[in-house]
Amino acid sequence: MSFTILKKHELVPTVYLMEIAAPRVAKKAMPGQFVILRIGEHGERIPLTIADFDAQTGTITLIFQKIGKTTRQLASLATGGSIADVAGPLGKPSVIEKFGTVICVGGGVGIAPIFPIARALKSAGNRVISIIGARSADILFWEDRMNEASSELHITTDDGTKGRHGFVTEVVQNLLERGEHGGHSGQIDRVIAIGPPVMMRAVAGVTKPFGVKTVVSLNPIMVDGTGMCGACRVLVGGETKFACVDGPEFDAHEVDYTLLMSRLAMYLPEEKEALEPYEH
Amino acid sequence: MNTESESKIRPEMAKQLPSERRYNFSEVALGYNRGEAVAEAKRCLDCKKPLCIEGCPVGVDIPLFIRQIAEEDFDAAARTLKSTNSLPAICGRVCPQETQCEAVCILGKKKDSDPIAIGGLERFVADYEMKKGVTIPEILESTGRSVAVVGAGPAGLTAAAELAKMGHAVTIFESLHSAGGVLVYGIPEFRLPKAIVAAEVDFIRKLGVDICLNSVIGKIDTVDELLEEYDAVFLGTGAGLPLFLGIDGENLNGVYSANEFLTRVNLMKAYLFPEFDTPIKKGSRTIVVGGGNVAMDAARCAIRLGSEEVTIVYRRGEDELPARAEEVVNAKEEGVRFRLLTNPIRILGDENNWVTGMECINMELCEPDESGRCRPVALSGTEHNILADIVIIAIGTSPNPLVSMTTPGLETARYGTIVADETGATSKPGVFAGGDIVTGSATVISAMGAGKVAARAIDEYLGRV
Repeated sequence: MSFTILKKHELVPTVYLMEIAAPRVAKKAMPGQFVILRIGEHGERIPLTIADFDAQTGTITLIFQKIGKTTRQLASLATGGSIADVAGPLGKPSVIEKFGTVICVGGGVGIAPIFPIARALKSAGNRVISIIGARSADILFWEDRMNEASSELHITTDDGTKGRHGFVTEVVQNLLERGEHGGHSGQIDRVIAIGPPVMMRAVAGVTKPFGVKTVVSLNPIMVDGTGMCGACRVLVGGETKFACVDGPEFDAHEVDYTLLMSRLAMYLPEEKEALEPYEH
Repeated sequence: MNTESESKIRPEMAKQLPSERRYNFSEVALGYNRGEAVAEAKRCLDCKKPLCIEGCPVGVDIPLFIRQIAEEDFDAAARTLKSTNSLPAICGRVCPQETQCEAVCILGKKKDSDPIAIGGLERFVADYEMKKGVTIPEILESTGRSVAVVGAGPAGLTAAAELAKMGHAVTIFESLHSAGGVLVYGIPEFRLPKAIVAAEVDFIRKLGVDICLNSVIGKIDTVDELLEEYDAVFLGTGAGLPLFLGIDGENLNGVYSANEFLTRVNLMKAYLFPEFDTPIKKGSRTIVVGGGNVAMDAARCAIRLGSEEVTIVYRRGEDELPARAEEVVNAKEEGVRFRLLTNPIRILGDENNWVTGMECINMELCEPDESGRCRPVALSGTEHNILADIVIIAIGTSPNPLVSMTTPGLETARYGTIVADETGATSKPGVFAGGDIVTGSATVISAMGAGKVAARAIDEYLGRV
């Protein structure tokens, strides 16, 4: 049995949206969970966070950036095509409760996984302040969907082509300061940030002095995604955790980001080698 | 001609030469040819009270299939095997016969005499049948009952095959993209070719068993949800979680659990990178920590990947190595070095988080404790470093909690194993379990035995409810 691609298009340059028929995954998927997919017989298994899911139609939405060989191959598949294997929903779902006011931060492709979390937090009665950021306006996506899923939406671009000129962290800092001085109405009860490790580390650095509980979603290298191999080891609060089963969400203030980044770089030479045939 | 002395010795199975096989992943042991198999079968005493059957966890009628080989009726021999064992080509290769059926063979008790090569003969028959085309045994009329089997490893496949033959509708749920469990992700190609596993899995499909891949139970469905749809559930989820040493440096780049290393190599075919997309670090100096079959498999894979120096570090001595003697010999022949009575203290790394070596300490074995095992004790002052750029931790596995965590009413024991009685029945009505998930890490054949016993208990349960 393979999984049919119902929709595929380039959302913004190098970033693709893919809707896949995966009824059993869609039925059980919760915000914050991911799937492991393998394109075909020779493929590797890669984790992708579920950006949206619909139990009624039996579909899941994945968003990915074309970076390595596998994501390039994935991007080359067309609507109507298929993927050999999709396993999920994996990982623990995001904690959705009524916290009060929650800041949701999505950086780059991280906007995709933060969307269902923001939406669920809002339906749970939270005031959701979202911040989405990208390098430049032309690669920023889902502004409309994030707007709907949030009570307040901030946009930042590194080059100032849209929204605030700067990084998401600056907005987080401002909101936290406003919260401190603004009394109860501006109080921030929780922050959740998904994006590149450097961004998540920076957000954690900003929220720590304010003592606001902050959660990040980690995306280390995985193979099986069910706790079997331990490739996804991360250090959280000095303890080794498996991101696939213990996470992917962890306390942002406890994560060892240096280790995360060095482990993500483990196969860079091999990734380059695998890409060579594509570059001629 | 001295037939008397010849008949005491089993034919040595042809193997690829160490100098050749260390550069390829093709099967090491090449199997008996027809002449060897028939001659070996003729050595069997066909005992009145055959102990070998009792020595087999699935109760294969060993004297009968051996007699059929001696009579050169290989089709009959295959039928005999398949009537009790659905995975004979696998068992013929990876069962530790030397501690089971062959250990109790009367011929082996005689002076200077080898026991019958039961494993080698089983493999011969299974390979013969596979080449010729497998015949599907008679399946009983449908009972209208259905069973969900969780995990397509040795326990699950066996339980499924037995239940299907009894006429029950069986669906296996497997979390990976390929059926076989440890047979596909753990045991390397050179010991158990994946085409052999695929063929035996195909036989089980032909019995009418439906195998749903990519299906992680506990995630897509809980056991309770399965019970709404199926009349009974068998859990054969194995001992899939890798154990680590808990020493400094285990998260350095270049440190693998044996599970990860073997999964990349075997299931994902990383030895064929970049033809296959999954990479693996080949390394020039590899240390494997542990002394079991998994450690031997990992070390021998590292040799084949081209690592110049592969060293097994084990805290006890040669006699205590838990691996099959045959695999230790194979590993040594292929150039694996052994540093016995040596224990890791910490893994050393550089400023870029890459492994550079391992600090170890020498051990000595003291008097056996109540359990009969000699406890290794560190000899202070013997700390030393071994250079390495790859470290593989092969010190065992523990049960995967994904199913037990999501199944209320399912009793578990310390270390996360599921509690089951001798028939496989768990604390939850209609739910049975067997294999490593119940016993902790054990062998392929003991898991198969448990699957078989549980199938009988499930059949009995289905007749009752």
